Amino acid sequence: MSLRLNARRLACERDDRWLFRDLDLEIRAGEILRVEGPNGSGKTTLLKILSGQLMDHEGEVLWNGIPLRRARRDFLASLLYLGHAPGVKAALTPLENLAWYQALAGEHGDEAARLAALARVGLAGFEDLPAAQLSAGQQRRVALARLELTPRPLWVLDEPFTAIDRDGVAALEARLEAHTARGGSVLVTTHHALRASTRLRRLTLGEGGGDVAR
Amino acid sequence: MSRADSRSTPLPEAGEPADGLAVAWRATLHRDLVLRLRRPGEVLNPLAFFALVITLFPIGISPEAPLLATIAPGLLWVAALLAALLSLDGVFRDDAEDGSLEQLLLSPQPLPVLALAKVAAHWLLTGLPLALMAPLLGVMLSLPAGSYGVLALSLALGSASLSLIGAIGAALTVGVARGGVLLSLLVLPLYIPVLIFGAGAVQSAILGGGVTAHLAILGALLAASLIFAPFAIAAALRISLNG
Repeated sequence: MSLRLNARRLACERDDRWLFRDLDLEIRAGEILRVEGPNGSGKTTLLKILSGQLMDHEGEVLWNGIPLRRARRDFLASLLYLGHAPGVKAALTPLENLAWYQALAGEHGDEAARLAALARVGLAGFEDLPAAQLSAGQQRRVALARLELTPRPLWVLDEPFTAIDRDGVAALEARLEAHTARGGSVLVTTHHALRASTRLRRLTLGEGGGDVAR
Repeated sequence: MSRADSRSTPLPEAGEPADGLAVAWRATLHRDLVLRLRRPGEVLNPLAFFALVITLFPIGISPEAPLLATIAPGLLWVAALLAALLSLDGVFRDDAEDGSLEQLLLSPQPLPVLALAKVAAHWLLTGLPLALMAPLLGVMLSLPAGSYGVLALSLALGSASLSLIGAIGAALTVGVARGGVLLSLLVLPLYIPVLIFGAGAVQSAILGGGVTAHLAILGALLAASLIFAPFAIAAALRISLNG
């Protein structure tokens, strides 16, 4: 499986201020890249650029060596993006939410797989309740169940630990490790301290620039 | 650590089954219908508005049948158009607020086709009920017999165009807080041809002229919107979320 996401000389300006400039980065199979920085340093913007949602930037993003614009379909079929908002419909049950996401990926999916995915994120017994009745952390867990359900090599996760309890954080960290062990890669922003690992790299965004460090 | 020592199954190659698009389309249509039906207030709102406006006119103007019959085609069409317009604002706004719109845009399926599913759900629970209800309200306005079928048909065809055109405006204003007024200003000019030929069809049915020409033009407008609107909606959504 080939998996390589590159960014070359990336620069993004917001309100006459450079969020980052001349940013080169590469994400390969089997790596976790953690994007760090204070609030407002452009972490979410960077994730949106790297997932092809924001075009308003300088520099280019390459998916397996091909510019993202041209490899869009192939790229989106490999991407699982979880944004700030969990994307969980309050009026639908967790099962219905997951069924729609599976269908969006073009899969029929089956009920048993969805139940199992919900059980693995600790939502057994909540499958048929409208998501509006779930807590913020449980709604976030519904979104995280998609990691179990739809196998995509590249995960882009924006603050996935928000509202998740301590056990949930540990389980999610283990899931990220397992995903990279299988050859997937993860791009994540978080204020949590992730366990040190050989697979983990950091990218720090700050005043007007970005540094990649091992 | 090498990849050989991981016991889990390997990740699949990118790609999806050939009928993936049909699956995604059906699921999106189904999801939107379920969401609307779980909030019946929003489905009933345009219908109540339509009924109220039509009920008030005979009271406010005059209960005389000949006068009402003259204004009935235009009145029914204008009221239905405004009712449809009122319901448009929410087509993409709820999805934008809870983050599922960005997920829709990140689907590997073509966005215009998925947008079409959302518009279809909107029409099925707004335009179609309005068209079915219109003959009933036509009775209140003493609409001459023989024009009821044309009224319902012209509204069904026309409101589908209205949903498609209106969704372009809804997509453009999804990022604007309280974009309702802006949305109306954007799409009303585009609604005028539909209104002219829709009301014209009912009018000529009353006068005993041929209605095929009017209905054919309504059909042509719908065909054109079906072809162009999904691409415009998709482009508008990308513009709205890109920034």
